[in-house]
Amino acid sequence: MTNLPELDVAREWLATMTLIRRFEERAGEMYARAKVGGFLHLSIGEEATIVGSARALRDEDYLISTYRSHGHALARGTPPENVMAELFGRVDGCSGGRGGSMHMFDIARRFMGGYGIVGGNLPIAAGIALASDLKGTEEITLCQFGDGASNQGTFGETLNLAALWKLPVVFMVTNNQFGMGTSLRRHSAVTDLQRKGESLGVPGMRCDGMDILDTHGVVSEAVRRVREDRRPLLIEAITYRFRGHSMADPEQYRTKEEVAQWRTRDPIPAFGELLKAEGVIDDDEEARIDGEAVARVDAAVAFAEASPFPAPESLYDDVYVLDDAVRGSYSVRTMRPEEAADQDARAQASGSDGFGEDDAGEIPQQITTALQAGEDGS
Amino acid sequence: MAEMRYREALNAALREELTRDERVVLMGEDIGVFGGAFKVTDGLLEEFGEARVRDTPISENTIVGVGVGAAMTGLRPVVELMTINFSLLAFDQIVNHAAHIHYMFGGQARVPLVVRMPQGAGHQLGPTHSHCFEAFYLHVPGLLVAVPSTAADAKGMLKTAIRDENPVIFIEHESLYGVRGEVPDDADHLVGFGQARTVREGTDVTIVGISRMALTAERAANTLAEEHGVQAEVIDPRTLRPLDLETILASVAKTNRCVVVEEGWPHGGVGANLAALISEQAFDDLDAPVKRVTGADVPMPYSKPLEDIAYPHEPQIVHAALAILGLEARAQPR
Repeated sequence: MTNLPELDVAREWLATMTLIRRFEERAGEMYARAKVGGFLHLSIGEEATIVGSARALRDEDYLISTYRSHGHALARGTPPENVMAELFGRVDGCSGGRGGSMHMFDIARRFMGGYGIVGGNLPIAAGIALASDLKGTEEITLCQFGDGASNQGTFGETLNLAALWKLPVVFMVTNNQFGMGTSLRRHSAVTDLQRKGESLGVPGMRCDGMDILDTHGVVSEAVRRVREDRRPLLIEAITYRFRGHSMADPEQYRTKEEVAQWRTRDPIPAFGELLKAEGVIDDDEEARIDGEAVARVDAAVAFAEASPFPAPESLYDDVYVLDDAVRGSYSVRTMRPEEAADQDARAQASGSDGFGEDDAGEIPQQITTALQAGEDGS
Repeated sequence: MAEMRYREALNAALREELTRDERVVLMGEDIGVFGGAFKVTDGLLEEFGEARVRDTPISENTIVGVGVGAAMTGLRPVVELMTINFSLLAFDQIVNHAAHIHYMFGGQARVPLVVRMPQGAGHQLGPTHSHCFEAFYLHVPGLLVAVPSTAADAKGMLKTAIRDENPVIFIEHESLYGVRGEVPDDADHLVGFGQARTVREGTDVTIVGISRMALTAERAANTLAEEHGVQAEVIDPRTLRPLDLETILASVAKTNRCVVVEEGWPHGGVGANLAALISEQAFDDLDAPVKRVTGADVPMPYSKPLEDIAYPHEPQIVHAALAILGLEARAQPR
């Protein structure tokens, strides 16, 4: 094997993939224990796609993702403590507890967000790239989305506009074979997704998203070309999510055999075995990497548990950027001080702090469904 | 001061802000080579070049989304949509993204984006090009909503919108583009948001006019004074978010009666919202329920006689004001 990276680089890739795997497993457990609300979309199985592509970027490049983006935040360097705290809805969450699982964000690391609307991030990626170009920088934007998003209007609109305007965007479709529970063959007339940009002026490339070396190699080449040519490219990463679409997915649209078949290609043990075969690490080192990931996730859970919920009086913070020149009422809450005081008094009188104390002991319906279907708890 | 048309005032605002701040970028369908569907951007491509005055494909949702991304990373984009009906194609980027990003990412990102577009009936453009949707955007926390009715406000408010750190829905009116008015020459003349304009002072009834209806209300007030001896106070809120409710409430405290006039639909409209706010906060000042004059509750028809009666005109406002004063016998709706 000649295309292995430097020893410490290879180790870091394995460690980051392992961290994402352990983080996601624990997030699923925390969801089953009702520590995490709403939807939870895990990226287990897709770690090589995430880390292989993220490591093709420079620090000043932008990464933008979807509602399945815990792994992208972690790969970009967002501390797992802040990602877990976001899942827990706490003030130390990377979006201050405002976004949740689907809306991670870390401006300092140029992770420009998870987006809950399928295809919603593509135009935004083009806008980021436009700003990079007009500012005269070398920055590029890696825009990650799923196979389902390739059917949205924004896919065609954005690829056309990015090619027309020669914007430095690497569009990367993470083809995990399903748009929620609808298989690729049932949702896309063209299943060769790398070709879907051709008529829009965006050439395609493909990588094996289960193989971090191949993913990194292809994405690095794409990033180099986009940085130099200032024209967009589309990469299709072939991968598979081992878990359900979300935690409320009984997975009736695929067979256990199919999942088992893909699990034999699990990217983390595969890369671990390769590194051992090449003498980069040994069994002890592999176990140490795993132990470090587990310990880090333990710390993340403890941190999230200890972080406070946002204060009720912060509810209206950051709806607007306000400055000294503010006149008039921007929202109903800021209407008149005496009105606001009256609302607080009523909230206190009713005994509600706004966090659904009454429901604390109940398991949300979607969890119940998932548990009944045997999806979780494994 | 210089006399200019509403569209020329908007053009001047764009030119001044493009000159003042190199981060300002214009994007939209036919704004460059064509000069803008309503000629608002005429001449700007020649003056500022292709990089900053950008003709776009017909892709409304993506154009606005590009504006969102560019605004998040340091530009101050001004997106033109050809009519407000087309903005419904961009509703996802406007509501789910532009309006929410600052909040949902915990204040880490800002979206200083302006989305400009005209609205309004009167040109027989039928049910997909003539509506008034300020109420849709008023509904959304995170957006600012501007509805300028004069040339001076068009210029001063657009400049304020471009300099604001929040996403601004800037709603122009098709019937106002050719209307002339006195406009300050000063390149730093700004009309701050959240400052209503008292169009005409009066003591008998408050008439709040939205967008073009501020002008129609002013004409109605003149008729009320000349023909009925009624002194109406006319208020143009200028922006619906932020809302200068204080000025409206102060007027209602004086007149004890309020009529809200808008071109949009009645259900969930601006008038419905103002009526609720006024009755919640100034019930004791009111001698009569707040009255609304709105567009008809129908898709905008093409045929001229039908279009004419589908949005408010001066006689309906005069009638509503007389009715709220208990002077219905003197009211003569056409």
